[in-house]
Amino acid sequence: MEVNNQKVGIGKEIICLMKTNIREYMMYIALVLIMIFFTWKTHGGFIQARNISNLINQAGYVAILAMGMTLILILKHIDLSVGYVAGFCGAVSAILMTKYGISEWIVIPLVIAIGLLIGLYQGFLVTKVGVPAFVTTLAGMFIFRGLLNLTLQNTGTIIIPNKGFNALSNGFIPDIPLGMEIHVLTLLIGAIAVVYMIASEVKIRNNRTKYQFTNHSKPVFLSKLLFLSTIIMLIVFLLANYSGIPWTAVTVGIVLIIYNYMLNKTKLGRYIYGIGGNEQAAELSGINVKGVTMLAFCSMSALAALAGVLYTSRLQSATPTAGLGFELDAIASAYIGGVAVSGGIGRVTNTIIGTLVIMSLTNGMNLMGVDISYQYVVKGIIFVIAVAFDVRTRSKGR
Amino acid sequence: MNDYILEMNSISKTFPGVKALNNVSFKVKRGEIHCLVGENGAGKSTLMKVLSGVYPHGEYLGDIVYNGRTQQFKTIADSEKNGVVIIYQELALIPELSLYENIYFGHEIMKGKVIDWNETIVNSREMLKKVKLDVNPSIKVKNLGVGHQQLVEIAKALSKDVKLLILDEPTAALHEHDSQNLLKLIKQLKEQGVTCIMISHKLKEITAIADTITVLRDGATICSLDCQEQHTTESDIIKHMVGREMDHIYPKRKNHEFGEISFELKDWTVEDPIKGREILHNININVRKGEIVGLQGLMGAGRTELALSIFGNTTKYNITGGEMFLSGKKQMFRSPKDAIKSGLAYVSEDRKGKGLVLIQDIKFNTTIANLESLTDGQTINENEEIRIANDFKNAINIKAPSIEQKVRNLSGGNQQKVQLAKWMFVNPNVLILDEPTRGIDVGAKFEIYTLMNELVKKGMSIIMITSELPEALGMSDRLYVMSEGAITGEFLAEEANEHNVMAMAIKS
Ligand SMILES: Nc1ncnc2c1ncn2[C@@H]1O[C@H](COP(=O)(O)OP(=O)(O)OP(=O)(O)O)[C@@H](O)[C@H]1O
Ligand SMILES: [Mg+2]
Repeated sequence: MEVNNQKVGIGKEIICLMKTNIREYMMYIALVLIMIFFTWKTHGGFIQARNISNLINQAGYVAILAMGMTLILILKHIDLSVGYVAGFCGAVSAILMTKYGISEWIVIPLVIAIGLLIGLYQGFLVTKVGVPAFVTTLAGMFIFRGLLNLTLQNTGTIIIPNKGFNALSNGFIPDIPLGMEIHVLTLLIGAIAVVYMIASEVKIRNNRTKYQFTNHSKPVFLSKLLFLSTIIMLIVFLLANYSGIPWTAVTVGIVLIIYNYMLNKTKLGRYIYGIGGNEQAAELSGINVKGVTMLAFCSMSALAALAGVLYTSRLQSATPTAGLGFELDAIASAYIGGVAVSGGIGRVTNTIIGTLVIMSLTNGMNLMGVDISYQYVVKGIIFVIAVAFDVRTRSKGR
Repeated sequence: MNDYILEMNSISKTFPGVKALNNVSFKVKRGEIHCLVGENGAGKSTLMKVLSGVYPHGEYLGDIVYNGRTQQFKTIADSEKNGVVIIYQELALIPELSLYENIYFGHEIMKGKVIDWNETIVNSREMLKKVKLDVNPSIKVKNLGVGHQQLVEIAKALSKDVKLLILDEPTAALHEHDSQNLLKLIKQLKEQGVTCIMISHKLKEITAIADTITVLRDGATICSLDCQEQHTTESDIIKHMVGREMDHIYPKRKNHEFGEISFELKDWTVEDPIKGREILHNININVRKGEIVGLQGLMGAGRTELALSIFGNTTKYNITGGEMFLSGKKQMFRSPKDAIKSGLAYVSEDRKGKGLVLIQDIKFNTTIANLESLTDGQTINENEEIRIANDFKNAINIKAPSIEQKVRNLSGGNQQKVQLAKWMFVNPNVLILDEPTRGIDVGAKFEIYTLMNELVKKGMSIIMITSELPEALGMSDRLYVMSEGAITGEFLAEEANEHNVMAMAIKS
């Protein structure tokens, strides 16, 4: 055995990078291609600030579900009930606000707590009783669909008058009142994001150099930074010229930061990857497998409740059909985002890209007026291609 | 007159970051037993995978001449069609299927469009007879011990009309007795004209059986020794393998002083609820601080079951009687987590199934069992983690380009070292090692023994479960022998010898 330390050319490095990270790059390439395609087909309508804001608001609840689902799938479980749990929790929040007149700021934490309880129940069945997650959550699908209908039985669709609640998925962050055309706070946040991103990448790189790990060469590193900064600034400019950053993006951003930190930097995150990678080894290493699994189901259902709130706020009403098919979008997002079908691997940041792929398809096809039936077929095909590609590239053992 | 069945010329194979084979030449004469030896990560398994088409033509450089013709195997099926059959380091039988289904798995006997089960069973019986395994071909593989499973693998190879049989560490998991049987069988196959390549770290068997020995080191051929021309000894092989002389295999411990008893079992009795019978009967053992206690016995004597029942009982046995004391305190662990907290650790014999998270890297696996010490609260101190993983990698000499290498890409022996690193980082008071040197080369064994000595010197107690008699005799201060779920003997190091230990091990 001998380690290759010789300097390689940049061309070679890029090819090597492409080869080893092809899975991840494919996802970005697919997203860009999809966006270009729809922009072309809608004569620029797709990429307009208005539509991008729209897309973000549409994608919010799916992104929230997909992040929770990522943990569940890494652990080699599945949660089919998330759609109707979201629908049910949305309906409960509507009832509490309209019928009982409770303030939305009390209602939201309350339904998230209800979500937690639901997670506790499903997690209990999976870990303590030993009912497979597939069965437990399939039963959950029945149960919460029924409960959703029962909740709205007497009222039918409930229109929600609460402004604050509805702003969650329709409103934008306020601006600093400087009287400028452009949304200043949005620009500011964008700038901070870019600086932070560059600072942390440089820090990571320096650290890796210190420990003599392999790093990308300077040109590759710099172009990566440039590319990411450009993308962030482009989106920020787009939004700043319209109404600014939607509250949805803020909510998703917060959840993303928390979950990403948890998975990458904490003990709990390690345990999740450990259990997903080899459950027996994890247990013999002193990891509380049942406890961690329980926690993942609780987090999933709590996020489902949050997603229900976002969806209800988006429609400004609670309807008995809310929740239909959410789980499909969430699971597809996570897998397109690179969660391994065999468990143990996955990142929430990539899951968000997966969500963008799925929701861009939905949004773009809606703009084009494609029939919903065809939309399902197209999404299904893209989904299965993504997973097939994933399985093939992974089986090469890289 | 040299009639080579196989010539591999200037073979090179590179993995990302690792040059596993560098211009290797390897020649095998027709009808001989050819042993391939070398340190962990030397490239032995990789060379054999190149030969058998696991790494298809095009993924390596160099050429393969087999039976006088240059071959370009693209798949394993390709090489098998030509009579090259490989039996992997890890057994590849399907536990839930019967023997005959396993033997003809992948090359079923067909009658028209359906499988001819009658013919399959008749043929299987014949194959099993050839490997001297006298069992019903209808029983499931999972009901056989590892030694017998190994024979089934060979029966499977024979059913494929094998001309060149490759065995990757076939005896690593076998006890003395089973190993002897297997070697005898290989010799018989040789008489029937089968050429055999065998990879092994057990030098004693190699000197006993080899016609030719090829030594690999760091992905290159060091030499080929013809054992018929000149007598080859174990130390000859070691010299070529590690590149220096090694005068003793078991490092000596100085300052033999033991402290108080740190771990003790009294009348420990365990029942397996699935089998519905007692599997461990009134076990009484103890270890002192600074002592290495060997737990010797044949495969299936119940040593691993004992360890698992102590270590948090993940197998859900019924502990029907007895008491356990750790540092004088009575304990009963409900999970491995409890056990680890109280200072007990267990290194599994099944490193792939129960030890390592293969899809993660060395760093992840090194720290996973003791993340507490890297956190205050929840957040992991990553710099500290890197430092620790690097320290262990250097200290026990794990061969890999960096601690970011995925564990599944390591050679078998280096995987074992990662497992040891993980538990050394936990730093328990009592460490149970289950077959700690299985599949490890002589040099690395010496390193691990040295490590064990350092650990006990610091006051740790070690219980070493091992099937290798010389290891048990060479390393233990005291030795328990187990047979059929009971302790049948106890020896001090100076009283024990092969005969009296073996006599106890087969006692029932
Ligand atoms: N798929 C892979 N990806 C990267 N490196 C690999 C891969 N497979 C093997 N290696 C590396 O190639 C080298 C040779 O490995 P190989 O498994 O052939 O060793 P070996 O001689 O069989 O050792 P052992 O006695 O421990 O089984 C090792 O350094 C190993 O880490
Ligand atoms: Mg090997």
